Amino acid sequence: MPSESPASGWPRPTRPRLSARFAYGLHALVAPRPFYRWLAAQLERHPLLGRWFTAGERITKEQIFGCQMCGQCALPATGYACPMTCPKQLRNGPCGGVSPTGQCEVHPEMRCVWVVAFERSEKAGRGRDLDLLQRPVDRRELGRSSWVNYWQGRDEGLWVAATSADPAPLLYRDPAGAVQ
Amino acid sequence: MTGPAPAAGQAGSPDGQAGTPGGLRAAIASGRFVVTAEIGPPRDANPEAITRKARVLSGWVDAANVTDCQGAKVKLSSLAGCVLARAAGVEPVMQLTCRDRNRIALQSDLLGAAALGIPNVLLLTGDHPRFGDHPEAKPVFDLDGVQLTWTARTLRDGALISGQRLEHPPGWLIGTVENPFAPPASYRARRLAKKVAAGAEFVQTQYVFDVEKFAAWMAELGDLGITERCAVLAGIGPIRSLRVLDILRNEVPGIYVPDDVVRRLHGVPADQVADEGITLCVETIQQVTQIPGVRGVHLMAFGFERGVPDILERAGVGPRAGLAHAQEGP
Repeated sequence: MPSESPASGWPRPTRPRLSARFAYGLHALVAPRPFYRWLAAQLERHPLLGRWFTAGERITKEQIFGCQMCGQCALPATGYACPMTCPKQLRNGPCGGVSPTGQCEVHPEMRCVWVVAFERSEKAGRGRDLDLLQRPVDRRELGRSSWVNYWQGRDEGLWVAATSADPAPLLYRDPAGAVQ
Repeated sequence: MTGPAPAAGQAGSPDGQAGTPGGLRAAIASGRFVVTAEIGPPRDANPEAITRKARVLSGWVDAANVTDCQGAKVKLSSLAGCVLARAAGVEPVMQLTCRDRNRIALQSDLLGAAALGIPNVLLLTGDHPRFGDHPEAKPVFDLDGVQLTWTARTLRDGALISGQRLEHPPGWLIGTVENPFAPPASYRARRLAKKVAAGAEFVQTQYVFDVEKFAAWMAELGDLGITERCAVLAGIGPIRSLRVLDILRNEVPGIYVPDDVVRRLHGVPADQVADEGITLCVETIQQVTQIPGVRGVHLMAFGFERGVPDILERAGVGPRAGLAHAQEGP
């Protein structure tokens, strides 16, 4: 691209190529069910199959959402605008550097992906999703299939309701299974 | 539990187990008007640069933030700066950003601050290295500002992010920042609400130049019940030259200077811009003080720390009694 930002090594905010409404609809199609759980297990059992599947996921989601393959998809809670395309990879909303017109502070020619996420969520009637507390990203999952993780139930606990009263929201996912 | 800022000369003495309850906590709890300021550490190893600024502020503020490589430019570390500031008689607030450290280093520095008796921490996402003096650096951002606030609360509750228990948990007061003026306007109060749910007990805002917009944000916070759980300190600072005005408007992300302020500063003779900027700052303090829910101000006067007492005095905010000598109990 000619008018490239100062650096291209940083993630770049990406405007999704799918309408939010359509994306929410698609999500219903991939919701976990016995067949998908079976498929996910097969994909993990057969590495070559798994690699092909993951490559397919990468290509599609890269094209549509600018997916960075974090392996723990936040899209259903962000109006299907990918927060990992934020140069700071913020999972909990926009930073304080958004320009008055809603542009990214690092890539001023791009719209802040969280501004896009906010607008899409609101429009789809899912604005409250942005109030969820998103837990820290597990960096070990980078490059893995988030669909497989989702079907295997590993995405449970990616976020938690931002209740402030007792009990306060727990940062770690499973207090019982916490390492001692 | 001992009093707030330890007297000069006690730097590094870990009085209390970890993170001594400080004067800022007591001030917020008492409900009186709170004043914080900022100390920017130098780009070298000169302790005097911190000590000098701290001495000016001593007795005038409840606490002062020591910034963490502000603007993504290398400075003497925030933790070291906090120890120096406290020795010079100012209760420090350790700023910590997500830009340069992963979750291991962040937790480590937070625990270290507590062990050194730093009574307050302020957690933020941080500027991107793009704007700093080492733009080629790796931007870390392993956690974001909300998650870092949550991490601090988790440590204080007695566990690491991993869930491992802490035998001696830290005890600092947890602060954060918010920019009421950045888009999406109708999300900014809710974003602070997330940070409060994550554990923030006080918040310092970005520079307030647009008082009306700020008041609207405060009203939203009130509706969300946030002002009862989190002390809001309005960020205020003097614009002392047209050059600074230009930098604030065009080079620092996230600062909004409305047109009437620009017109006002351009409308006075060149040699009176500094005075006009200070007058504007004083007026802004007086205006935000009237807004329901505002618990105090956070003064950002970079390179002009010496002007802070004058600004506070003109705004009708007196000195902070007894702070420098640590006699006041919580």
